[in-house]
Amino acid sequence: MSDTIIKEQIFKPENIVYKKTDLMTDNVLSYCPGCGHGTAHRILMEVIDEMGLQSKTIGIAPVGCSVLAYEFMNVDMQQAAHGRAPALATAIKRLLPDKTVFSYQGDGDLAAIGTAETIHACNRGENFTVIFVNNGIYGMTGGQMAPTTLEGMKSSTSPYGRDSQTMGHPLKMTELVAQLPGTYYVTRQAVHTPAAVRKAKKAIRKAIELQQQKVGMTFVEVVSNCNSGWKMTPVDSNKWMVENMFPFYPLGDIKVDGKLVKEV
Amino acid sequence: MGKELRLMKGNEAFAEAVIRDGADGYFGYPITPQSEVMEYLMVEKPYEKTGMVVLQAESEVAAINMLYGGAGCGKKVLTSSSSPGMSLMHEGISYLAGSELPCIIMDAMRGGPGLGTIQPGQADYFQVTKGGGHGDYRLIVLAPASVQEMYDFVEISFDLAFKYRNPVIVLTDGAIGQMMEKVYIGEQKVRLTEEEIKEKYPWATLGKTPDRERNIITSLDLDPYRHERHNIKLQKKYKEIEKNEVRYEELNCDDADYIIVAYGTSARISQKAMDIAREKGIKVGIFRPISLWPFPKKALRQLSERVKGILAVEMSAGQMVEDIRMHSVETTPVEHYGRMGGVIPTPNEIVDIIENTFVKS
Amino acid sequence: MTEEIIIAGFGGQGVLSMGKILAYSGIMQDQEVSWMPSYGPEMRGGTANVTVIISDERISSPILTHFDTAIILNQQSMDKFEESVKPGGLLIYDPNGISNPPSRKDINIYKVEASKEAAAMGFRKIFNMIVLGGYLKVKPIVILENVIKGLKKSLPERYHHLIPDNERAITKGMEIVEAVQTA
Repeated sequence: MSDTIIKEQIFKPENIVYKKTDLMTDNVLSYCPGCGHGTAHRILMEVIDEMGLQSKTIGIAPVGCSVLAYEFMNVDMQQAAHGRAPALATAIKRLLPDKTVFSYQGDGDLAAIGTAETIHACNRGENFTVIFVNNGIYGMTGGQMAPTTLEGMKSSTSPYGRDSQTMGHPLKMTELVAQLPGTYYVTRQAVHTPAAVRKAKKAIRKAIELQQQKVGMTFVEVVSNCNSGWKMTPVDSNKWMVENMFPFYPLGDIKVDGKLVKEV
Repeated sequence: MGKELRLMKGNEAFAEAVIRDGADGYFGYPITPQSEVMEYLMVEKPYEKTGMVVLQAESEVAAINMLYGGAGCGKKVLTSSSSPGMSLMHEGISYLAGSELPCIIMDAMRGGPGLGTIQPGQADYFQVTKGGGHGDYRLIVLAPASVQEMYDFVEISFDLAFKYRNPVIVLTDGAIGQMMEKVYIGEQKVRLTEEEIKEKYPWATLGKTPDRERNIITSLDLDPYRHERHNIKLQKKYKEIEKNEVRYEELNCDDADYIIVAYGTSARISQKAMDIAREKGIKVGIFRPISLWPFPKKALRQLSERVKGILAVEMSAGQMVEDIRMHSVETTPVEHYGRMGGVIPTPNEIVDIIENTFVKS
Repeated sequence: MTEEIIIAGFGGQGVLSMGKILAYSGIMQDQEVSWMPSYGPEMRGGTANVTVIISDERISSPILTHFDTAIILNQQSMDKFEESVKPGGLLIYDPNGISNPPSRKDINIYKVEASKEAAAMGFRKIFNMIVLGGYLKVKPIVILENVIKGLKKSLPERYHHLIPDNERAITKGMEIVEAVQTA
């Protein structure tokens, strides 16, 4: 049975194929199985780790599913009031310009209650990075309609589907901030396949690298699934995301080197 | 007391004190009657002199949350506003109190409710001494009554804020903010370096180093028992503050038959009333709470035992008078005289009230 | 000594700065001072007034309803503040634009033709200093030397070349002030 790998062999350093970054704590993630948040957390922490920035990084957790991000990310963190993460990040970066500062926010936090803080931090060209996880729904509070909820999409507060006539249109925050002169790098990514994860990580790396150059706001949207809120299995929710979310929220760079690369 | 003498507005003296005390950051939003604070800072360019950050935020909501971010890094940060702006800030203030973050918030009160008026008021007393935001928390509240105190209270407030890791409110009003008086200016203090902050405030989020666990600034705890312990700890801290940080001033209280209890602008006006009353042979004294929270309850109680009447003078419908009643002996009558909507009481009105309510009866 | 003064007129007449110079002059002779303006939309072209107190003692209320002296520079202010002069107190006014001169019999009334004189001197901005000169002639609460020191303190350096003009204006005001009535 020489081709069977036994447990002892797996633990040998030369056989390790993957190791969790030390910048993720050992706390069990509070996210639903199948949710994209865990992957988004991991690639962000991998970037900070690979760039050797742990001792210089301050992160901001929002209100929403990722309110407890500080339990999982092994960097100094502050937890903000709902929507205000960009205000905290602004002050931290202004007071400590050589630190690496990121806000990690969901779509309810960033695109509804925190719209003003988001737009103004982007417009001032604050030198921090926003990681914006968009799953088109309020996950933590139990699946209510978000500003990003697609037209016709069902949620607990749009049980017959979002009617744009009475409930407003889904809001493309990323396209919106890309038009502001203060943003330097704006991109939309996803984490539903290994290839997408690699691309998303590259985008986050680019954002954090640009932050070191103090060129203005770097903004990475991660379109994600919410299988619980959408009431689907993880596999179905990813399929639904590809078929419905991506056409409205297309993946790819929107602004590079301070210039729009896509019509918005 | 500093050596350099200047004639300054209350708002300007406050702003100058902020620079001199070595503050790290001011974040604010313009609102009458305190906009001179940010205007003064922008003109003085402390970012060139001391490296202090001055930023005009998009709203009071953003400003107070900028304080949270800065204070979480152990920086000396502050804002200033007026009543309607304060209402917007109280959400953030609750978070600051919950996360035990030090900062100064100056409130130049104006008459309310709503947009109200830009003229002076004192109707934010309940809001700042009893809560304002959600949850069981307390704010240290200091009420200056002169331009010199507007200057001096900045240093005292920062010291208290960091000593107790708690927000401090400097509660003033449009009149004190706008008036000019002599001010003695102190020496320029040097801002703390990052290394000094790390040493003094090990809780600050300045980047996780290998020698310690990550620092987390949060007001959230989903475990009720652990969160209750946090609340108990906060309450213990508040008791400590009540024990140590009571401040008040007594004027002519030793031989007084009647005392006026008033703070800020009302206390100044009441001093004139006291002078007029004493010329008429009525022995009036003034008890001026300087710390509105912690309220000087013991001193007031002792005083209330030996006077014939107490008059609370406030630019409100009667807010501090509730604390005065609670902390005076029952046998001494406590009356209230207040003007609202931006109207300032006059010394003669106050004297009339004392004569008609106490002396004649 | 305590002198409680209200200066009232239109915004732009230099009401607030006149008060400021007086306050500074008080500081120059080691006195306590306070300067309390009306503030808000009133500043924008409407009426403006400022209460100045100069005293040898700690100043109690910076906000007053009755004054030792009222310096009145327009009709609205005359209507509003004539009654607030303490009996035996002083009212000084510039007759320019005053249609209803003061009528009280129990106060001292002086006039100073400051607008006319400022126009004659070809320098309208020193109007308020002519008024100040008139007041200081009647009530020399601060000496001219200290007023000049106060001016130096309150004016930004770039305006210091205007101090001699201001001094001339104050002297002119002292010359032209006239008693209308002495109680």
